[in-house]
Amino acid sequence: MSSGDPAQTPRRVDRAGLVIAALLAALAAVLVFDARGLRSTAMYGMGPEAMPVVVACGLALLAIGNFIDALRGNLPARESADPVPVVLILIGLALLIAIIGFGGGFILATSALFVTTSAAFGRRAILVDSVIALVMSILIYLAFDRLLTLSLPTGPLERLL
Amino acid sequence: MMDTFAALAHGMAVAIQPMNLLYALIGVFLGTAVGVLPGIGPALTVALLLPVTYKLDPGGSLIMFAGIYYGGMYGGSTTAILINTPGESASMATALEGNKMAKAGRGGPALATSAIGSFVAGTIATIGLAFLAPWLVDFAVRFGPEDYFALMCVAFVTVSATFGDSPIRGLTSLFIGLTLGLIGIDKLTGQARLAFGVPELLDGVEVTTLAVGLFAVGEALYVASRRHHSEEKLEPVRGSLWMTKEDWKRSWKPWLRGTLFGFPIGALPAGGAEIPTFLSYSTEKRLTKYPDEFGKGAIEGVAGPEAANNASAAGTLVPLLTLGLPTSATAAMMLAGFQQYGLNPGPLLFAERPDLVWGLIASLFIANCMLLVLNLPLVGLWVRLLAIPQPWLYAGILVFATMGTIAAKPSVVELSMLAGFGVLGFLMRRFDFPIAPVVVGLILGPIAESQLRRALAISLGDPMTLLQSPISATLLGVALVALLAPFVLKGLGRFKANED
Repeated sequence: MSSGDPAQTPRRVDRAGLVIAALLAALAAVLVFDARGLRSTAMYGMGPEAMPVVVACGLALLAIGNFIDALRGNLPARESADPVPVVLILIGLALLIAIIGFGGGFILATSALFVTTSAAFGRRAILVDSVIALVMSILIYLAFDRLLTLSLPTGPLERLL
Repeated sequence: MMDTFAALAHGMAVAIQPMNLLYALIGVFLGTAVGVLPGIGPALTVALLLPVTYKLDPGGSLIMFAGIYYGGMYGGSTTAILINTPGESASMATALEGNKMAKAGRGGPALATSAIGSFVAGTIATIGLAFLAPWLVDFAVRFGPEDYFALMCVAFVTVSATFGDSPIRGLTSLFIGLTLGLIGIDKLTGQARLAFGVPELLDGVEVTTLAVGLFAVGEALYVASRRHHSEEKLEPVRGSLWMTKEDWKRSWKPWLRGTLFGFPIGALPAGGAEIPTFLSYSTEKRLTKYPDEFGKGAIEGVAGPEAANNASAAGTLVPLLTLGLPTSATAAMMLAGFQQYGLNPGPLLFAERPDLVWGLIASLFIANCMLLVLNLPLVGLWVRLLAIPQPWLYAGILVFATMGTIAAKPSVVELSMLAGFGVLGFLMRRFDFPIAPVVVGLILGPIAESQLRRALAISLGDPMTLLQSPISATLLGVALVALLAPFVLKGLGRFKANED
């Protein structure tokens, strides 16, 4: 991401803004492409393909608007962002999805997310956090599974309870 | 008039059943506890607590919702005052003076004036809701599909373009929401749109998944990415909690004025609590006898905006309950709460399930009283919640956020969507795109489309039907003006700047 020092160079082409404009245009194209596969069965009025085309036109116009804003450097100033914690949290979410997907159960999945997020926010005591995470997710599991009778995914740990 | 009293009395009878009182109490407690966490506004509070109500009956769940809603508002202002991190833009005005008061050792009176002001404003505004709603319902039964479509156009424009910093970015957010709303099976013809062969997408995007992803996951990613900039500082509550006689004298007029700003603006299908709170702030600043205190912690600057904030929250329930029209992210989450029971707010709901609607309105009164009694004595407990170290706080928020999705639909696709919306929320925060229009677009987009298609089917495909109904023509005119106004004003501004 191009952050630099926006305060000193207010009128500069914003590269991130150009990417946003391109993504909006691509989204509009996807909508039109998808709408072409729909059959219009309505005798009167609009079929199912009309609304996607309208939304696509809006997106295309907004892509142009965002493009102009980016060229003029009209985007609000941004502070620098640290990518490491963001990636850590995303790894945590990926772990959660993988554990749920492979039947590892609720407790292990949320504990993994807890520990990675806590690490992303600067904690380095992974062992302590793991214990806290396990205790907390077991309590949540019991409260929701037994008291509110919501069914949460079960894995090896849940079957022991 | 008498009908309203009778209906309200009936609603009270529903709301004071012991079980329902308990639901309201749990809602108020949970709402405050979650709302007080930094970075969590009322919308996210409602979204996070939605799964808790899955297994209740609709009546009890809506009553708990009323408590969560008001509790989240109270909790948000506590955070704004004590650590200057407003969870939502509507608490920004409160944070301006409130945090200064807390720094000057007057955190207690600041919390008290905001709690009592919220109570006063919430009560007056809920009375307003009770009397305005039946009247609007009478009006709304005459609405045809074309009128509903036009009304939604007004909501789309005002929520996204009119009041934000940049109409282009607001509209971009709205159209992302509209795009997400297209995903799934088209209800009229049964054809799948934008599903790309993924079976989970055929049902469309779940509102709660989108809201929790954008608000909770997005916020956590955003805060994590800029943690190196500054640590938030918690101001301890020192000295007396109670307001002095002087504080009362300086607070009661701002409370009433704030209510007068908040309720009407909230009740318009225009949305946004920011406008009334900042209007109230600037009014108090102009009218105060202590102008030198503003900027250093003037109690009027807390009392007015806080009242305006709560009054407008009750105001947004007017279009939500009578027209099914959410005009804020929080109202959109309330609508999602109704929809989880297949209930659609609007004139029909007033006719078919009066016990539900009036029970909800009566519960708002009760929730408000509970909050007043509960909040001031328990403020020490909420302050301790604020002191949870940031790593555990956000880790806990993320666990709770994903838990809702895991409980509702434990599928890899749904959880990936949650993570994807989290990334979207992060990028939108980073590049300063507003988030509420996405949620409103997702909820209202499909409704607007079906109303438009119904209108065109009735008129045998003649689009002039939109202009032949006077209601629809007027509303479309309003929408057009609201859409063009910010561009024209901006042009004028640039013209002026060039002249200087």
